[in-house]
Amino acid sequence: MSRQSWVAWLYVTPLMLVLVPFFLIPILVVLVASVLETDGFGGLIPTFTLANYVGVLTSAQTFHLYAATLKFTALTWFFTLVIGFLVAYFLVFHVKNQLLAISLFLICTVPFWTSNIIRMISWIPLLGKEGLVNSALLGTGIIREPLEVLLYSSVAVVIAYVHQLTIFMVVPIFNSMARIDKRVVEAALDSGASRLDVMRLIIIPMSKSGIALGSIFVVSIVMGDFFVVKVMSGGGSASVVSAFYENVGVLQYPIAAASAVLLTVILIVVISLILRAVDIRREITQ
Amino acid sequence: MSEADKADCKASSVKRSTEKKGLSRRSLLKASAAVAGTAIGSDVVRGFPTIWAQEIKDIELRHVGVSYSVVKAIGDQAAKDLGFKVTMQNLDTSAAINRFISQPDSVDIADLEGWQAKLAAKRSVIQGIEVKKIKEFDNILPIFTKGEIDGHKIPRQGISPYEAMYIAKPNATDLHDGVTEWATFLPQVYNADSIGYRPDLVGHEVTEWKDLIDPKFKGKAAILDVPAIGIMDAALCFESAGLIKYGNKGNMTKQEIDFTCEKLIELKKAGQFRATWTTFDQSVQLMAAGEVVIQSMWSPAVAAVRVKEIPCVYAPVNVKNGKEGYRGWCNGMGLMKHLSGKKLDAAYEYLNWYLSGWQAGFVGRYGYYSPVPSTAKKFLTAAEWDFWYDGKPAPSVINDPYGVPMEKAGTKRDGGSFLDRVKNISCWNTLMDEAAYMNKRWNDFKVA
Repeated sequence: MSRQSWVAWLYVTPLMLVLVPFFLIPILVVLVASVLETDGFGGLIPTFTLANYVGVLTSAQTFHLYAATLKFTALTWFFTLVIGFLVAYFLVFHVKNQLLAISLFLICTVPFWTSNIIRMISWIPLLGKEGLVNSALLGTGIIREPLEVLLYSSVAVVIAYVHQLTIFMVVPIFNSMARIDKRVVEAALDSGASRLDVMRLIIIPMSKSGIALGSIFVVSIVMGDFFVVKVMSGGGSASVVSAFYENVGVLQYPIAAASAVLLTVILIVVISLILRAVDIRREITQ
Repeated sequence: MSEADKADCKASSVKRSTEKKGLSRRSLLKASAAVAGTAIGSDVVRGFPTIWAQEIKDIELRHVGVSYSVVKAIGDQAAKDLGFKVTMQNLDTSAAINRFISQPDSVDIADLEGWQAKLAAKRSVIQGIEVKKIKEFDNILPIFTKGEIDGHKIPRQGISPYEAMYIAKPNATDLHDGVTEWATFLPQVYNADSIGYRPDLVGHEVTEWKDLIDPKFKGKAAILDVPAIGIMDAALCFESAGLIKYGNKGNMTKQEIDFTCEKLIELKKAGQFRATWTTFDQSVQLMAAGEVVIQSMWSPAVAAVRVKEIPCVYAPVNVKNGKEGYRGWCNGMGLMKHLSGKKLDAAYEYLNWYLSGWQAGFVGRYGYYSPVPSTAKKFLTAAEWDFWYDGKPAPSVINDPYGVPMEKAGTKRDGGSFLDRVKNISCWNTLMDEAAYMNKRWNDFKVA
């Protein structure tokens, strides 16, 4: 082995030490489980069958579950992107004092000092039938009946996700916007470009890597989650993961494994589409 | 003297009596250690009485199960009385059974429901409990040990504790129908689940499950979302409304599952359910926040709503015309297969302690029952016994296990006496033969 390749292997060792035991081996176990049969008591029969995949792929339920999950993903992605982008834009281009900008940026992270679950659950007393929002609206006479759609609904799920995940958009977008040379913007304005043109032709294209990174975080977290859906929809909606979690609950490991493999494949496709649209590596090292 | 003081006093008297009995207990342990030792062969040298107390200090028993059954305060008391370490660990039902099966060595005492005991035996992760070593075994209610009480046969829809109780040999994997010397699990806490409702908003007394699906309560009803038992609550509703007659609600056929889930989807689309719930706290929250007025509910959850001074009644759904009835459940302790030697002896000590009354008194104060009421009686005040077990009006204020007043004098417990309730259990928590199919259809209901 040449010295050079030896050094290269040394460089990737830390990454391998994390990836192999915590990603590669578990996913192999799941892959193997997905082609086995179950004895119905949590035991796996060592055979080879594709029946689990056929079952998952030909079921209308899989389609409904993905439709529900993708709906939450798309809505969450859209709102976190709009809010995250605006917050980052404000911090980078409107707050002139850099120290202030960084302090404000840190303040954005304050809600994240507490757990996800607490942040989600604290919405419940706010949005309920007798919650703060409904009481306020009733009190001011804007509505006569409490709005039930606020809690235990898709609205509640999306609110909780947006609240939890906007920071994952803010951070990378802030990061990539901060690299934009302010003189480029000034030059554009001097040459008569409108604010909209600056946004469309300079800022958005140059924040692409941040947007892509944020999107990867948000999409993969929402698609892989079930707890928020379960609690905030009041059990009224299901997601891909909640369905196979239920399967694990009754020890139907192979079918759960097949669903998990399918979800992994779909996530890989989605993420590679994002990466294809934006060459993050080139954007970052630029 | 406050209730808390009394409890303290009792606790210390227990301690004193254990200390007094210490010597004989030790020699007994020595004997059983020796027996176990010979059985294993290599362990004979262990177990001198003087060494015992020294050695058990290092023993740690990990009792793992759901939060309403495996309670830290009980473990702490056991550790205090027994002199070794007891760690209580909580998981939800499905995470618990998965852990028992996939990491059996990380658990010493598995807290099992009847159907989980069946699974655990099948997977050989537990060892049979030698009935002879359980001091109070003969005082356990015949509901569990013989499947009957006062000549009343306990129904066997679902998996009744009696059905799951015995195996023929200590390492048998199949349940045995009928009494043997070896138990899969030792029942420790149980109750009968029903409906909770707001009497002020529902407007009439609820004694039938069909009220839960009455269109009058559209958007104000909720149902339990643990598929295996949620579907039984739904079945009780549909049977009560006269829509279907099940062969066995606890082990439905595919057609019955289809009917039940289709009906649930129909109700969901019509907006009957405000939500579904999975945890105790969620059900309390739903009722207390005015989101629902009627829902399937557990007895202590109803009490927790009432503590907030919101009226809430636990519906007495006594069996009538072959319909209705409570859904019963029972948690028991199983010994994991890897236990041996001194640790196994300690585990038997622990099981015996569990049935000796302190735990019975503790769970009794939030409305759950002990399989050995005769020991529970010693740890409850006369007023508590009258209220919780006999269904009589409370002679004085009733406190919860932590000493907080929860019921005024004169209140009567919903559902009447202990016997009234258990005799009206019509089905038990279970895992159906068609569990995989049932689960799939339940997911259809969830995503609809």
